[in-house]
Amino acid sequence: MSPVFFWLASALMLLFGAAVIMNRNPIASALSLVVSFLGLAALFMSLDAFFIGIIQVLVYAGAVMVLFLFIIMLLDLRAEERRKINLVAFAGGVAVAVIFFGQLCLVIGHLRQAKQSFPALPLNHPDDVRSVGLLLFGNYNLPFQIIAVLILVATIGVIVLSKRELR
Amino acid sequence: MSATAFLLVTSLLKILGIVFVVILPMVSYSVYAERRVSALIQDRLGPNRVGPAGLFQPIADAMKFILKEDFTPAHVNKFYYWLAPCLAMVPAIMTIAVVPFGSTLFGVPMVIADINVGVLYVFAIASLGVYGIVIAGWSSNSKYPFLGGVRASSQMISYELSLGLAVIPIFLLVGQLRLTSIVRYQIENGWMIAPFLGDPTNVWKWLLTIPMFISFVVFTIAIFAETNRLPFDLPEAEQELAGGYHTEYSSMKFALFFLGEYAAMITGSAIIVTLFFGAWHLPLPWWDHPHGFHWLLIDGSLGGWRGILGGLFNIFVFFAKVAALLLIFIWVRWTLPRFRYDQLMRLGWVFFFEIALVNIFIAALIVAYMPK
Repeated sequence: MSPVFFWLASALMLLFGAAVIMNRNPIASALSLVVSFLGLAALFMSLDAFFIGIIQVLVYAGAVMVLFLFIIMLLDLRAEERRKINLVAFAGGVAVAVIFFGQLCLVIGHLRQAKQSFPALPLNHPDDVRSVGLLLFGNYNLPFQIIAVLILVATIGVIVLSKRELR
Repeated sequence: MSATAFLLVTSLLKILGIVFVVILPMVSYSVYAERRVSALIQDRLGPNRVGPAGLFQPIADAMKFILKEDFTPAHVNKFYYWLAPCLAMVPAIMTIAVVPFGSTLFGVPMVIADINVGVLYVFAIASLGVYGIVIAGWSSNSKYPFLGGVRASSQMISYELSLGLAVIPIFLLVGQLRLTSIVRYQIENGWMIAPFLGDPTNVWKWLLTIPMFISFVVFTIAIFAETNRLPFDLPEAEQELAGGYHTEYSSMKFALFFLGEYAAMITGSAIIVTLFFGAWHLPLPWWDHPHGFHWLLIDGSLGGWRGILGGLFNIFVFFAKVAALLLIFIWVRWTLPRFRYDQLMRLGWVFFFEIALVNIFIAALIVAYMPK
């Protein structure tokens, strides 16, 4: 895929990623996060990973964020907008971000593999749904099943906790 | 012309053709059909004044929408109030991109984007459609629209599950998500709604009909819920919410919601036709001398005018099937009363989710033991 597409999608992602934390309005933040997810999905698709890209849209942008929005809409937004910026926390956050970025640059600078360019992908488009499925249910079958049980337990836990509160 | 330029030009032509020549006229005439059929069901006449049998009524409706005052209430959140109608319209039209609406015409495949994740793309884009409704409900800053928005979000999430699970038996059978492959499979082995058509002597194919039919029923009902059609139109529910999420909208902005809803209905029908009714495939009974009686497959692969006629015939067949399904949508709307909200949620989570889940196991068992 052309580099123009890559820069466009990543600019979209970063811009709206920044908008998530800049916005004072939680609804605006949530919607910015949705656009950021769409940018990420576009990046996956430019790597021919259509399955991952589509799942990104379907699960995160289409389902998880709708639930987030659902909760946020029930909050009192005026209280959120009136809240003042905590300067100490702001400075701390910026410091953490700068330190993290510096560390990232350092690691990439020292890593030999980061400097070599990868060979271009072969042009025949791989059937990525099939390969992801074979990997998940072949090589990683046991971890996959264990994760499934974990999620089930978490779901049951949530239901038990919320039912208890009702009584 | 280079291959890329050719792809670009043909794709652009297909997009313009599908949106402006097919979808938008189909939307306006399904509104007309809705009013005429509802009148027929309720023993009235319906709109029959503008043109012969009222056929120019959609043009009059469009003029009315454009000429009305576009009023923005003072208490709304302006930016999101403007954004919402666009978000309601766009996903409904975008989903048609992966639907194969014909075989080939002049050698060009009649599908805008033949991607390998086909159906998942449809689900992903359709799931974004809820933002238009939720944002409209929230930004209107008033009670009833807000309730409509909240209802829409929980309803869509609940029914997306059964929607996704209901089509898994088809993937088990075909082994691919690509919609053109699913259509190809149906041409060779019989439509999904009736797999025995491909080979009536095979008992396994008859057995396969059971999970496929359950799939079809669950999928169709979930599409009703996804497109907010009666009996599941809780987000608008005129009688309880005074129009729900679009209460505060007027003129063209309201029209966009309206168009979005009908466009979603058309794309939903197109997906059902593609998955279960063989898309553009319609075999004709044929008789000629050396072969005797047989079923004739018409597509655009023949040379000369026969190929062009075949391609056009396939496109016509596809949209005729879609129109038939639209009539069923309308028929259901004017026959069944609205569900209560808790009934809707119960139906989604307690019945359809489980039915679709068990159905996957039945289909998997049959597919596993079916001789190849």
